[in-house]
Amino acid sequence: MLDYLRIIILMAVSTALINNMIFHYFVGLCPFIGVSRRVDMAFGMGMAVMFVVTVAASLSWTVTYYITSPGAPLSQAIYNLVYPGSTTLVDLSILNYVVYIFLIASAVQLVEMYVRKFFPPLYKAFGVFLPLITTNCLILFVCLEVAKHIGPEVARDALWRLDHTMIYAITAGLGFTIAIVIMAGIREELDHADVPRALRGPGITLVITGILALAFMGLLGMDRKLADLFAKPAENTATRLVASPDAAGQPNPAARAANQDAK
Amino acid sequence: MANALPTVGQRFTNGLFSENPTFRQILGICPTLAVTYSVASALTMAGAVTFVLVCSAILISQIRHLLKPHLRILVFTLTIAVFVTIADRLVAAFLYDMSKQLGPYIPLIIVNCIIIARCEICFSKQGLVPAIGDALGQAGGHTLGLLAIASTREILGKGTWGGMSVLGDSWPAWGVLAAAPGAFLTLGLLLALVNHLTDKQAKPMWPFGALFNLLGRKRQVAPVREK
Repeated sequence: MLDYLRIIILMAVSTALINNMIFHYFVGLCPFIGVSRRVDMAFGMGMAVMFVVTVAASLSWTVTYYITSPGAPLSQAIYNLVYPGSTTLVDLSILNYVVYIFLIASAVQLVEMYVRKFFPPLYKAFGVFLPLITTNCLILFVCLEVAKHIGPEVARDALWRLDHTMIYAITAGLGFTIAIVIMAGIREELDHADVPRALRGPGITLVITGILALAFMGLLGMDRKLADLFAKPAENTATRLVASPDAAGQPNPAARAANQDAK
Repeated sequence: MANALPTVGQRFTNGLFSENPTFRQILGICPTLAVTYSVASALTMAGAVTFVLVCSAILISQIRHLLKPHLRILVFTLTIAVFVTIADRLVAAFLYDMSKQLGPYIPLIIVNCIIIARCEICFSKQGLVPAIGDALGQAGGHTLGLLAIASTREILGKGTWGGMSVLGDSWPAWGVLAAAPGAFLTLGLLLALVNHLTDKQAKPMWPFGALFNLLGRKRQVAPVREK
């Protein structure tokens, strides 16, 4: 249980903060620039993206795992039923992109209908954002990341299960929400500023995003430190308690030894 | 509307300049920012986008009479997805290292707004020849935009252009321009430069107007209000 919590925390920190979808991977920029004028709208967009990306990533995990990845159980079983005794490995991964885009489009449609029927206030809050999400790069990017972690060439302990996929998707949406809400807050203040004519609109937004990305770069390496911290908690506390001042930055004993060698 | 559709030549030049996808329409900037850390990867990306644009121009303009209004976006996206799969496999076959470097950004061409926008605006309304002219113009404009950003970032960030040394070894590489924040800063500032140079109201000496602004000198304004 505690182990699971560690996975969640590590994944959340690394996906939402360090490898932030906007500031590190540059995906989802169209809504980031288009819908970041007001904080409430930005928050609505972030929530809608988080919702859809979770649904779409779960769907695409299911399809990839059971049908399109090389040697997937379902397609392999059907192939063996048709050609008994054959040893060919069925690989449908060439269909991945078409399947994902189809899944995303239908997921958005489904979510839209479901929300309209059962949660009318939520539907009103999401407004036009829901249909817009179909062409959001972030959703497709998350689906592609999921596909990268499924298949025979992935190491057994690095294989993503459905729950890992959902954690990844939720934290990716969370990172997007954080970025777009920060941006909207800044842009609301920017309305009162005297921006040079040429920079008005997307120009100043991009420059501010660059500065924000610089700030987020400061978090680099945080996930590794956390992983070290989680790896050997008991030893770690001991190390930290007795550590000499110059080794305080490196809780991992191996790293500290390497550092001393280097000196 | 029907008589006002631009001709081939107009479509082509519009795509290159007045409707430039990167600097004028600001479309498809996700891959634009992600691949411009070096000129080589930017050119690969531009080649893939050109291939997909031209192929979908040919196909969509041929089937434009069969499209149903409520299904057309889906048809566009699926068509683009098929061509992107082909482009992805081609890059993986002939430029394996580059395809490893670009990673997910080639499949992300599917949701690149440029192509869907062109399908909607031009390919589904005009015949084969204007569609291809439009595709080539937009692809050329996109390539120009990518090259401008990638050149700036690579020359200032690493001192090289396409792997060749430009600024020499003594150049203190501005690492931040080659990293993620540099992409945003470069695009933002280049956008401002283009806006300023093409601004009709900022009159004085268009090549030097931007320099004057950078140097902080006040531009001369016609003294009408001061009376």
